[in-house]
Amino acid sequence: MSTPVIQTENLSYVYSKGTPFEKTAVENVNIQIEKGAFVGVIGHTGSGKSTLIQHFNGLLAPTSGKIWIDGEDMWANPKEIRKFRFKVGLVFQYPEYQLFEETVYKDIAFGPTNMGLSQEEIDQRVREAAGFVGLTEEQMAKSPFELSGGQKRRVAIAGVLAMRPEVLILDEPTAGLDPRGRELILGQIQEYHRRNGNTILLVSHSMEDVAKYAQKALVMNDSRVFMYDDVDKVFAHAGEIEQMGLSVPQITRIFLRLAQLGYPVSSDVYTIEQAKAQLMTLLKKGERPNA
Amino acid sequence: MDSIIVADKLNFYYQNEGEAPQRVLKDLSIQIAPGEFVAVLGHNGSGKSTLAKHFNAILLPQGGVCYVNGIDTRQEDKLFEIRQQVGMVFQNPDNQIVATIVEEDVAFALENMGVEPSEIRRRVDEALRSVGMYEFREHAPHQLSGGQKQRVAIAGIIAMRPRCIVLDEPTAMLDPRGRQEVMRTIRRLNTEFGITVVLITHYMDEAAQCDRVVVVDDGVILLDDTPKQVFSHVEELKKVGLDVPQATELIYELNREGLSLPRDIISEEECVTVLAELLSHSR
Repeated sequence: MSTPVIQTENLSYVYSKGTPFEKTAVENVNIQIEKGAFVGVIGHTGSGKSTLIQHFNGLLAPTSGKIWIDGEDMWANPKEIRKFRFKVGLVFQYPEYQLFEETVYKDIAFGPTNMGLSQEEIDQRVREAAGFVGLTEEQMAKSPFELSGGQKRRVAIAGVLAMRPEVLILDEPTAGLDPRGRELILGQIQEYHRRNGNTILLVSHSMEDVAKYAQKALVMNDSRVFMYDDVDKVFAHAGEIEQMGLSVPQITRIFLRLAQLGYPVSSDVYTIEQAKAQLMTLLKKGERPNA
Repeated sequence: MDSIIVADKLNFYYQNEGEAPQRVLKDLSIQIAPGEFVAVLGHNGSGKSTLAKHFNAILLPQGGVCYVNGIDTRQEDKLFEIRQQVGMVFQNPDNQIVATIVEEDVAFALENMGVEPSEIRRRVDEALRSVGMYEFREHAPHQLSGGQKQRVAIAGIIAMRPRCIVLDEPTAMLDPRGRQEVMRTIRRLNTEFGITVVLITHYMDEAAQCDRVVVVDDGVILLDDTPKQVFSHVEELKKVGLDVPQATELIYELNREGLSLPRDIISEEECVTVLAELLSHSR
């Protein structure tokens, strides 16, 4: 097996340690994320998922335990932490509030400029990233504040893509967007993943989105990792997942119910396409004896 | 007048410097009766939030008229009355909470309205009970989850005893549990207290739980009917960037394969029943 791109060992994080407000947000996390995986990260508010992902690009240092990026101990030399921030790009929630430059172009160029790249290289990366998220040449010259909410968010995502991070982490990139806006952004991320083979971590409250786009799911519950496995295997634990205050896709619940009623359907269906294919096969089988 | 909200040929324009004015509402008319539970759907930029902001005079019509409880919203001296009749809850709970203690936050508007202290106590307790947050009355808001904060924001509105609440994507920032809590609370306010609810949402499963669904597109009303009727227009909804519940979509897809299943399935239970019947026939 090749070196995992992210690996943690007994990683724990305690907020406000030594004060009356002390709270363990992440406890004893041992995880290995494979290079090139597309991982959906799910967990209710307060489950520790945001705290965990902030460790992945060195925004937080573990209170105890270790973390390796590409086999390298992240905190072996704290002065070199910047290197990992370029390797692991993090797009925060509501990133459109973090735009600040005069033009869209400059905003996207901010990251690569800080990396000390040549003008040429910066320009190439900015245009590539902008192209990925579907921003036009005309929009590049505008002030980011003239754009719509969905466009601003795509500018913010492009700003991180332009650093060409090996690992891209997005914290609820579709919160507050309408279905079309959601599909557009997630489709672009999927395409980015397909073309470049980077590792993607997508934090989402939408199980439908995780089911549709991710290959694996990381479920956080009460500061610990509840499960890290293929999406279908995770959603097969629908009962437990719902008990944690999360939900499985509606289609999964429908199929679970049918299975409980004794129909020969599998309980790990999580997209409309799978559901349709399975039903059509069952119906065709059923037709044969009568034909 | 019977309706609590009447919008008659509303027109509204946004003006960006150096650009032509953008017409966001186009002769839009709608009436909402007391006790209704209405979902408003539409993609970002469709005009749905602009419309909702007319319902408690945050925005005033630039053409046409909007009446709240029979009051023309352009009557400035009636602003207080309008806002007391129709309360508004927004997307981000953190932007709506002003006090450092839950019960003080709920009391905020009442204090500004000059309500008697003993009456404030009574109303705050009642409002917090109605959203299931009474036990948290002495907590600091930052200790609460998103869903709990949203319920506190709703309690702050309820304490004013409004006839109608308008909620603009109140669950957009919440996790599934928080969404459920808020939806349950809103439904309870509607069924038990008869408060009219206007819910703007991007979640189709939430809209499916309402009595009436209004679809706004490009400043006009595209569909206005029961959820069953509205969600049977799968293609039309997709065309305007919206979605349907997964239960509806699966049945729609199966019908495209040549089956003839009922087209008005919007809930999980209905879908299970239809599929169960289908599968037992094929056995």
